[in-house]
Amino acid sequence: MNAAAIYAVEGVLLVSITSDITDSDIIELQEHLSNRIAESETRGVVVDISALEIVDTFVGRILAQLTAIARLLDAETYVVGMRPAVAMTLVELGMYLPDNHTALTLDHALEKIRSARSANGISRRA
Amino acid sequence: MAFPGGRKIATIELRTDRDVSRARSRVSDIMKSKGSRDLMITRFVTAVSEIARNAIIHGQGGRMSVFELPDARLIGVECVDEGQGIDDIELALGDGYSTRKNSLGRGLGGAKRLAKTFTITSAPGKGTVVRMIGMCTTR
Repeated sequence: MNAAAIYAVEGVLLVSITSDITDSDIIELQEHLSNRIAESETRGVVVDISALEIVDTFVGRILAQLTAIARLLDAETYVVGMRPAVAMTLVELGMYLPDNHTALTLDHALEKIRSARSANGISRRA
Repeated sequence: MAFPGGRKIATIELRTDRDVSRARSRVSDIMKSKGSRDLMITRFVTAVSEIARNAIIHGQGGRMSVFELPDARLIGVECVDEGQGIDDIELALGDGYSTRKNSLGRGLGGAKRLAKTFTITSAPGKGTVVRMIGMCTTR
């Protein structure tokens, strides 16, 4: 898959989506990530969408679904790097992505995941 | 004529989802070359993405044409598909309506809200034509 780069760092999957991602790429990414989350004891997924000039209803729906899937697999999803114009357009489309955590930057997202982890105790699947 | 006094500057064949991505970048590049601001580009290209996808999913493919208009602040897009047409356009424009199960049904109505003008003509068996005008610059 070349439409997204995935890195695993300290139990967090960092996903960077490229600007020209297609609908089938993003469905493939959703499936691939779901498997990775379950396989690798993932606490969090950070999806960087800063390269995306637009997020339409299709991509918005997949992001919301990914969040729901990850949550069932005990991982939280953060969407980072959303452009202001994208946020304004999503709201106009009526897509508020209520279940997605958002963070302005990757650093912020990682900080939030770490603090959630320490608040929840030491071991994840205790 | 799709847009009175308009001049066609690009045509994108819509067959696969790769073409939706191509349509997005093409319109975005044209708007950038006209000095559009990010918000204007994002709004209009989002609308373009929705209708291009509709043409492929519901219309069995089609063609998108981009037009320069006499008012240089504007850009026109026409999307023609060869599908079975839409029975009830008002219903199709409503948020939450979709003929597909795995869809939000916000695409068409969303595109209408994001474009400056939006017209849709369709009849059962006759395909669908969507015409949208977007703002490139405010002056």
